Amino acid sequence: MLTEENIDAKRWDGIYKLLDRSSLIHPDFQPIEEIKDFVKEAKILVIGAGGLGCEILKNLALSGFRDIHVIDMDTIDISNLNRQFLFRRADVGKSKAETAATFVNRRVQGVNVTPHFCKIQDKDEDFYSEFALIICGLDSIEARRWINATLVGMADPESPDTMKPLIDGGTEGFKGQARVILPRMTSCYECSMDMLSKPTGFPLCTIANTPRLPEHCIEWASVLEWPKVHGDRKADTDDPKDIQWLYETALARAKEFNIQGVTYSLTQGVVKNIIPAIASTNAIIAASCCNEALKIATTSAKYLDNYMMYTGNDSVYTYTFQHQRKDDCPVCGQSALKLEFRGDKTLEDFIEYLKEKPDAQLKKPSVAIGGKPLYMPAPKQLEEALRPNLEKTLKELLSSGDEITITDTTLPFSLQIVLTLV
Amino acid sequence: MINIWSLKKANANVAQKKPKVSAAQIRVQKDLSELELPKTMKTHFPVAEDLLNFELEISPDEGFYAGGTFKFSFAVNGNYPHEPPKVKCQQKIYHPNIDNDGNICLNILREDWKPVLTLNSVMVGLQYLLLEPNADDPLNKSAAEDLRSNRKNFEINVRRSLGGGSVSGFQYDNVLTKK
Ligand SMILES: [Zn+2]
Repeated sequence: MLTEENIDAKRWDGIYKLLDRSSLIHPDFQPIEEIKDFVKEAKILVIGAGGLGCEILKNLALSGFRDIHVIDMDTIDISNLNRQFLFRRADVGKSKAETAATFVNRRVQGVNVTPHFCKIQDKDEDFYSEFALIICGLDSIEARRWINATLVGMADPESPDTMKPLIDGGTEGFKGQARVILPRMTSCYECSMDMLSKPTGFPLCTIANTPRLPEHCIEWASVLEWPKVHGDRKADTDDPKDIQWLYETALARAKEFNIQGVTYSLTQGVVKNIIPAIASTNAIIAASCCNEALKIATTSAKYLDNYMMYTGNDSVYTYTFQHQRKDDCPVCGQSALKLEFRGDKTLEDFIEYLKEKPDAQLKKPSVAIGGKPLYMPAPKQLEEALRPNLEKTLKELLSSGDEITITDTTLPFSLQIVLTLV
Repeated sequence: MINIWSLKKANANVAQKKPKVSAAQIRVQKDLSELELPKTMKTHFPVAEDLLNFELEISPDEGFYAGGTFKFSFAVNGNYPHEPPKVKCQQKIYHPNIDNDGNICLNILREDWKPVLTLNSVMVGLQYLLLEPNADDPLNKSAAEDLRSNRKNFEINVRRSLGGGSVSGFQYDNVLTKK
């Protein structure tokens, strides 16, 4: 008889074969029912419902995860349809997160994908702390840095539950990487920022005077001509009208200099900084991310420690290595120092204390809170504007428990202090 | 990892923290607090709380542009220092490497930017551009041509432009330093 329950058991037979056996690979693994329940119940967050995201959602759903959330602020563009296979022509213009969720929920019974049609920055720590692990399939460096910093900020080594494993996948053409970040334990995204080689554009004078490439003409249209004609209004790279204007302007420029190759889609690619995306590279990287998720969730095999590079540009290579944490990483390099100080003392007293404190010995510290300066020793005009703060008591300037940022010439980067006022 | 997660129930209370300050903000705080500006440079912060948007004034004491005060706007975004700050000249000036819309051709502001560079590097670069305009990287082509072909004539044109006069039919801003 086919009951709900044994349909279910059949559906996940393959995975359960793995989870029902003792593993020879991982000594900690015990085949207990709890693990299956954990896979079923663990809340997993997928960030990005694009090329990687579609693959990740599909893989997670087919691996036995059931409580999956997906967050993406984008809507579906016709150019997405070739590889973002959860979307159909009729979906163009709709939310990627919502459309992907509906598709997976319909296709894989028992799975519940919850969409969030918004920016990752719209959600707070309470939201992120609900998840067991987070998988990122993004093409934006800024978004990755944000989620990385947020998760590192949330991780409190005294409370293991606050450490959310982050599995990050990324592709560019035939290349890609998958990595596992255990906040405060392994190297974080910020630790590896210097591995990126992001071109910052062509020389302005080349664009202005001696264009040779179609890209030069497009940059001319967007960097030099756009502000001339549209003033302070920034081009909306999601608005076809704006792209059309840039395209026509670039095309006219290209004609003038006899340059071939300016097209609408190249214009879109250059101004949106779209990196080439190949469906199969996305599939390889997403598959690797999801296997890591399954391994981490079940401990049925050793998880990636911690960086896998894949390159298909020159035959096929993968290389796995342990990317090292950077001691001076601005995000995970130091944890906040806890300090008590009298609230009725002035900011000047506090700065004097920092200068004299034997383990700090700062020279000319600057003090800020949440990005806003309380005191800056330079430049002159800022120093003058902020000088009145020196006389104020700490109680007036901040609340107990606030995290302040100190910089100084003697510090490689900065010092974070959680200040308790007594 | 399941070992970590089995602690879940025991440790229900999660320590709450204020949103962390971004790496870009910390880096700007560090860059600015370590500035040692020469007398020829001055910053101006319209809003003292906002370190990411400010103005720099340069009053060169030698070279073609001595006697003028030049204003540059700085806008630093969340990707700093992995992206350079956006810098524009606020006035219309006659300069081979600065166009009439305030765009500046300075290598470290675009193709040669590196995260190890600081706001100080950019400020020094701008000052250098005013001391040594460069005819090889033209944004204002006729100014570059002028400099290349006849330095004396270029100097005369710069002088005229600084006082708000026109060169080749284009009127420049009066940027003479107010006494
Ligand atoms: Zn780090």
